[in-house]
Amino acid sequence: MQKRSEILKTYKLFINGQFPRSESGHYFQLLSPKTKKPIANVARGSRKDLRDAVGAARKALPGWSSKTAYNRGQILYRMAEVLEGRKEELIAEMVKMTGATPKKAEQEVTSCIDRLVWYAGWSDKYQQIFGTVNPVAAPYFNFTLPEPVGVVGIIVSDELPLVPLVSKLAPAILAGNTVVMLASEKYPLSAITFAEMIATSDVPAGVVNILTGIKKELIAHLAKHMDVNSVNYTGSDPEILKMLQEEGAANVKRIIAHDYPKGDEWLNNERAQSPYWIHSFVEMKTTWHPIGI
Amino acid sequence: MPTLEKKVTRLEVVEPKQLNFGKKWDYAPAPESTDLVKIAPRYELFIGGKFVKPKSGNYFKSINPATEEVLTEVAEANDADVDAAVRAARNAYEKYWSKLPAAERAKYIFRIARQLQEKAREFAIVETMDGGKPIREARDVDIPLACAHFFYYAGWADKLEYAFPGRKTRPLGVAGQIIPWNFPLLMAAWKIAPALACGNTVVLKPAETTPLTSLLLAQIIQEADLPPGVVNIVTGAGKTGAALVKHPDINKVAFTGSTDVGKMIMRAVAGSGKKLTLELGGKAANIIFEDAPIDQAVEGIINGIYFNQGHVCCAGSRLFVQEGIKDIVIRKLQDRLQTLRVGNPLDKNTDVGAINSREQLNKIKELVESGVQEGCALHQSECTLPKKGFWFAPTFFTGVAQSNRIAQEEIFGPVLSVLTFRTVEEAIEKANNTAYGLSAGVWTDKGSKIFKVSSKLKAGVIWANTYNKFDPTSPFGGFKESGFGREGGLHGLMPYVELVG
Repeated sequence: MQKRSEILKTYKLFINGQFPRSESGHYFQLLSPKTKKPIANVARGSRKDLRDAVGAARKALPGWSSKTAYNRGQILYRMAEVLEGRKEELIAEMVKMTGATPKKAEQEVTSCIDRLVWYAGWSDKYQQIFGTVNPVAAPYFNFTLPEPVGVVGIIVSDELPLVPLVSKLAPAILAGNTVVMLASEKYPLSAITFAEMIATSDVPAGVVNILTGIKKELIAHLAKHMDVNSVNYTGSDPEILKMLQEEGAANVKRIIAHDYPKGDEWLNNERAQSPYWIHSFVEMKTTWHPIGI
Repeated sequence: MPTLEKKVTRLEVVEPKQLNFGKKWDYAPAPESTDLVKIAPRYELFIGGKFVKPKSGNYFKSINPATEEVLTEVAEANDADVDAAVRAARNAYEKYWSKLPAAERAKYIFRIARQLQEKAREFAIVETMDGGKPIREARDVDIPLACAHFFYYAGWADKLEYAFPGRKTRPLGVAGQIIPWNFPLLMAAWKIAPALACGNTVVLKPAETTPLTSLLLAQIIQEADLPPGVVNIVTGAGKTGAALVKHPDINKVAFTGSTDVGKMIMRAVAGSGKKLTLELGGKAANIIFEDAPIDQAVEGIINGIYFNQGHVCCAGSRLFVQEGIKDIVIRKLQDRLQTLRVGNPLDKNTDVGAINSREQLNKIKELVESGVQEGCALHQSECTLPKKGFWFAPTFFTGVAQSNRIAQEEIFGPVLSVLTFRTVEEAIEKANNTAYGLSAGVWTDKGSKIFKVSSKLKAGVIWANTYNKFDPTSPFGGFKESGFGREGGLHGLMPYVELVG
């Protein structure tokens, strides 16, 4: 009997809940680390794709940010459930893409699942940790609560295929933001396969948008975009750091940069998950009201 | 038997008349005595715990904007002076401040708070003379709040481990801080108090038109016996500020001022690793609904825009009135406008003082002119303005469109733009239609509406049924192009620490 030919997957972008090809028509090839043969064509996202993604994120923001904290927690938990059910698929793809052992790949995927569950549990608690009632010296009731920053651009670390993306995605959307993520340039496949899972996890269209491509081509446009409220970067490239603040000044973006975690630190809960990461995706709003009759 | 009230047989239509009290509305002068105050003929830089002559050799004049009289001359710090101040701050950080037990650090800050309270009246008078604000405001708002800020943050110094659950804090090092001219001493307190409490040392640059209270504060700091160099004060204009921001040995930049300069600073520190907080401009919406307590709201609107001559980044400079009450609100605003007492800032009855500088006056005039040119209706107080000094009559515009410059640009003066709306959704959308996001006001007697509207407004501070209230325990700061970071409250510690562990 003849050997069956495998159906190869076309990896596309994830914008507004859909999987379009890059409008540029450009792509780049990903080679197998073992055989050096192409394993997939990856969409090379363009400035126009980025703008579409920001547009989708902005449109999704009012709906997502006004959902209850409980509801957002449920949806994050749902993402974990879907990922658990489909982890073999991600593991196999990771092994193919990175040449890692299946055990190592499994460790990463389970770490992603556990991290989603961890953050799901934070959805209705961080407000109580970071919010305050302020004892002002006059008859006013005064309180401060965290609110979403808005549309957040996230430059995902290249250190590992999936856990850096999940570790930033979860606190960002948990806090009510919508995101445009520039996926790892080195390991883009896991990001897009994970996007397929997001699409079936009750996450409304446009809340998460993921672009693959050449980061250098996209970062400047992200930093300049007047409808992006914050850019989150993990890494220590001095050129990128400088450019983010210089270009981000155009609309006073919040530029959040961390030079950690690195490598396997991403799997370490002490280093790669924290309620302070949720804090980096919020704005504080203070409200006053007189006390009287 | 008690007489019954007269039965109303018909509704009388009464034409509202303009309030006109003539001379009866005049108040006898009640000037604050300035005997208490001795302003030196010249002020030097405060570096390393001493008042030192500037290496620049230059001095600039500080004038009273209400009279244009020269009050004194003040040293201008150049790059070398700023460098000396940063070195002093670094030295103080390494040698004393970072080694001091936190409880001892607290005591120094408490000491500043207490000394400031003791000298409060003197500070209020100097603040009014140097900046032009009414003595009533300097005395009742600026100075007491500045004292309260030092007192509040002093208490935090040895309690930081409780502020951030699961984390320890580490100071950043030397903070370079630049403050504006609208609340000179209060802004100095907002900057210095949390920085010191968190264990940092400071180089502060006050605004060039209002350096005096910062320099008096330097004297208090000297008298309080703070280790030399923990607080350094360098006076000068934009160039001095730029030298501070660009200095390679500062770890933190905190700036309060215009959005344009804030953006320049953000670009200037890009890639340097300096931690940055910005408190920038605003164009706050003050929204009044039909179900608001109207008289209370009108007072709030007046206070929202004419407080401190409108030189307030969070001033309620765009008023959104629901259409059903437009006529009555405008009528009451017109009346109230006429009863505002404009004039000598040192008079205890004065509501609106002098514009801070000629430059700012020109900017206000230019924007008001644009409002007239764009076809908005001008309403202005008929008060008599003093001949000398910088003055602008309290003003508001009706018939303003969202696209008009006076509805978009920060005027930073006593000028209100009145716009209207019909539905709650429209009010929210119009209020958010600005690049700024510092503050907003909501006036309604319906509690649920307050929460609905305030949760949708993109602003860092929301005043519901009140306006322009401040407190050291209450975080202050903006969304969007009004900057980032918070000053005041627990959240005001975050910009001055690194979280570890």
